[in-house]
Amino acid sequence: MQVHLNEGLSQLSLLGIYAAMALYAAAFVVLSIQLSRAASEQAKLRKSAGVLQSVGTWLTVAAALTHGLGVVGRAIAAQRVPWANMYEFAITGTFVVVVIFLISQAVRKDIRFIGTFVTGFVVLVLGIATNVYYVEVKTLMPALQDYWLVIHVTVAILATAFFNIAAALSITYLFKTAKWQVEPKGAIAKQVWFKALQRILKAFPAEEKLERTSYRFNIIGFILWSFTLIAGAIWAERAWHRYWGWDTKEVWTFIIWTIYAGYLHANATRGWTGKRSAWLVVIGFAAIVFNFTIVNLYFKGLHVYSGL
Amino acid sequence: MATSQRSKKTVATGRPEDHVLSAELAGENNAAPRQPELGVVGWLRWIWRQVTSMRTALLLLLLLAAAAIPGSIFPQRSADPNGVTTYFQQNPQSAPVMDKFQLFDVYSSSWFSAIYILLFVSLIGCVLPRIAVHAKALRLPPVATPKNLKRMPAYLAVKAGAKKRAVALDDAYRLLKSGGYRTVVSGNSVAAERGYWRETGNLVFHIALVGVLISVGVGGAYSYSGQRVLVEGDTFVNNLAGYDSFNPGIAFNESQLTPFSARLDKFSVSYDLTNPTNIGTPLDFRAKVTLQQRGSARTSTQTIRVNQPVEVPGSKIYLTGNGYAPVITIRDGDGNVAFSGPVVYLPQDSNMTSLGVIKVPDAKPEQFGILSFFYPTAGTLKTGALASVYPDPANPVVTMNIYKGNLGLDSGIPSNVFSLAVHGLKQLTGGKTGVKSIELKPGQTATLPDGLGTVSFNELRRYASLDIDYNPGQVYVLIFALLALAGLIMSLVIPRRRVWVRIIDDGYELGALARGDDPQLDRVLGDLVNKLEAEYQSAKAASKGQEATEE
Repeated sequence: MQVHLNEGLSQLSLLGIYAAMALYAAAFVVLSIQLSRAASEQAKLRKSAGVLQSVGTWLTVAAALTHGLGVVGRAIAAQRVPWANMYEFAITGTFVVVVIFLISQAVRKDIRFIGTFVTGFVVLVLGIATNVYYVEVKTLMPALQDYWLVIHVTVAILATAFFNIAAALSITYLFKTAKWQVEPKGAIAKQVWFKALQRILKAFPAEEKLERTSYRFNIIGFILWSFTLIAGAIWAERAWHRYWGWDTKEVWTFIIWTIYAGYLHANATRGWTGKRSAWLVVIGFAAIVFNFTIVNLYFKGLHVYSGL
Repeated sequence: MATSQRSKKTVATGRPEDHVLSAELAGENNAAPRQPELGVVGWLRWIWRQVTSMRTALLLLLLLAAAAIPGSIFPQRSADPNGVTTYFQQNPQSAPVMDKFQLFDVYSSSWFSAIYILLFVSLIGCVLPRIAVHAKALRLPPVATPKNLKRMPAYLAVKAGAKKRAVALDDAYRLLKSGGYRTVVSGNSVAAERGYWRETGNLVFHIALVGVLISVGVGGAYSYSGQRVLVEGDTFVNNLAGYDSFNPGIAFNESQLTPFSARLDKFSVSYDLTNPTNIGTPLDFRAKVTLQQRGSARTSTQTIRVNQPVEVPGSKIYLTGNGYAPVITIRDGDGNVAFSGPVVYLPQDSNMTSLGVIKVPDAKPEQFGILSFFYPTAGTLKTGALASVYPDPANPVVTMNIYKGNLGLDSGIPSNVFSLAVHGLKQLTGGKTGVKSIELKPGQTATLPDGLGTVSFNELRRYASLDIDYNPGQVYVLIFALLALAGLIMSLVIPRRRVWVRIIDDGYELGALARGDDPQLDRVLGDLVNKLEAEYQSAKAASKGQEATEE
């Protein structure tokens, strides 16, 4: 039962995460410039956008590799799966988001447009993780020493990643279809930043494509989330003597499931497709973020694994 | 859920879900039939349509999500009964009002129940007609080729000579058939449809959810959950009197308790001793128990661990907590034993500083109570106060503050064994009394002040908090949940698609239509054309008597 934690390695892992943050930040800047150039009126600037796109993508790849080393280092240092507290969940979760994003981008080029969002979001989460959630490597409390930690949490991380990318697409969709943007009123239409925003949004895929791609990511997320819920119940039966007990985390898992179930129905309901269902995606993802942050830190319950 | 697939002429709008979307269905969705007089039956039908409509299902789902939120904000009796008690103490004004609105029992409240029952009524009302429609669709041949294929979301026209045109239909029939399509040739066209499993999966998902709900309900009715704190050496006997607390379902019958006994032989904890930042973190809890069926001489010894409950006939025993139980003996002023036995101390921090209460109502000449702390590894703080510095008993010490006076146990009002109402009692040691608290190590005895007698700390034992649970429904909940998951995957991943091929004057044309989201739709027709071409070429090659280059 005794485990030898390697604190030296965990420090190196943290260094890797910092390095990855720097690379993601660089990718974010490059991709932002790329977006504004792609939307430029000058043909010459538009041309340079292609180069910047490659630079941004390769920076993201480099960041992901460094990030991956950080995650693996943490796992070796702790001699277990790297997702037993909030810090570890955050670094592993964002890593999975980036990997899924990069794979999707390789398969479908359209999705590269949300690279700015993904890298920006990852920098933000990693920043919070390293500054607020960081804890030294610890051994697992007995309740967590179970193979369900691998199954339940892996699937939860994957689900979150798919929901995350879908949310990015739906937010883009909402911007693209926003009335104030499509039919601007008054002085706002003459603002330089507004024109730039309009051009940038024009460079994104068509609305319908955004909506559909978001839907496809969401259904995968929903299937994985359903599995997370079932796996969690199986584990809870062993660890907490009941499969479901309305623990705060269980409540929020249920709420999120219900919101996305609503979203699926919205997609088949007249008057609820498009903007309304996109808003449901945003609400669903907001609930996921809430579940991970506020519920973990401030709500009383059995899932007290933040390590803080 | 609601609107069933009544129309065969579904118009594709590219919406990613199965049903609806026909212009015909629009009226149904907007509900009210526009006859001038509805009558009772008309109204009932109208209400039924409203309830089973997709929009109602959607709104109820969102309402259910919102209604679940308060249960995560306010403590719930089911998950956190102590939290509710504390909430009542801290908010004496608002708590009773909130209780009226069942905010401490959200998930069994009438309003929460109303929402999910309505949701399931809507679900059943929607699914039943769809089962009939789907069963019919499974028996019928694919929909005949529409007149105007050009209006389909995917369309291709291919120029072909007479020879190609002659074989195109047969080839298309064969290719589509082997591609999993239900295929039929009529006149100059082939109609094909695939993905019936999509709707089957969707129906299975919804029916399985009903199964989950019923299993949860029935299982909960016959379930029970009992708690028992068991000190090393003590034996638990499985009957109602054996439990410290017991929560039965509404249909529980005492005969469900199978007669067995469990003795806690030893409780042990492994701590992390190797990693500097982690010293003292528990790594493993083990409760060694000896189980015996009543009427049987055979015993078995098993170890209960966190995540590893032990199965006994009719239930499972889980390990949910642990702590220390110092064995205390108290002799009163007359020299008689007024109290003797292990006292369960409740842990207060990660180093197992524990709080215990002893009440000695039978002591002569006077009743008294003791508020006591236990430190498994006592260390002295700078202030001179004791503190536990390590959770394992390396230097176990018990301290006691004595309170003299009427304990109020004779009033008949049940009192909490884990707390001592010191109001009205006279404190004799510790705190502001100026008399030092009694401090004992195992084996030591101290004299109590005011001639109350003596107290001894005989030995140290540990205890385990055990949970004995039985829920006959959970297996079925799991089965239905997995069935729902399988149905869900089928309904979201399998594409439902119709493909038509028709011979026209100068070649043939193809059209395709998907129900719901179908990422492959655009590719399907191109692929089919390529295959038809390959088929034609290989047939041609074969007929010329050359080496066939099949496949």
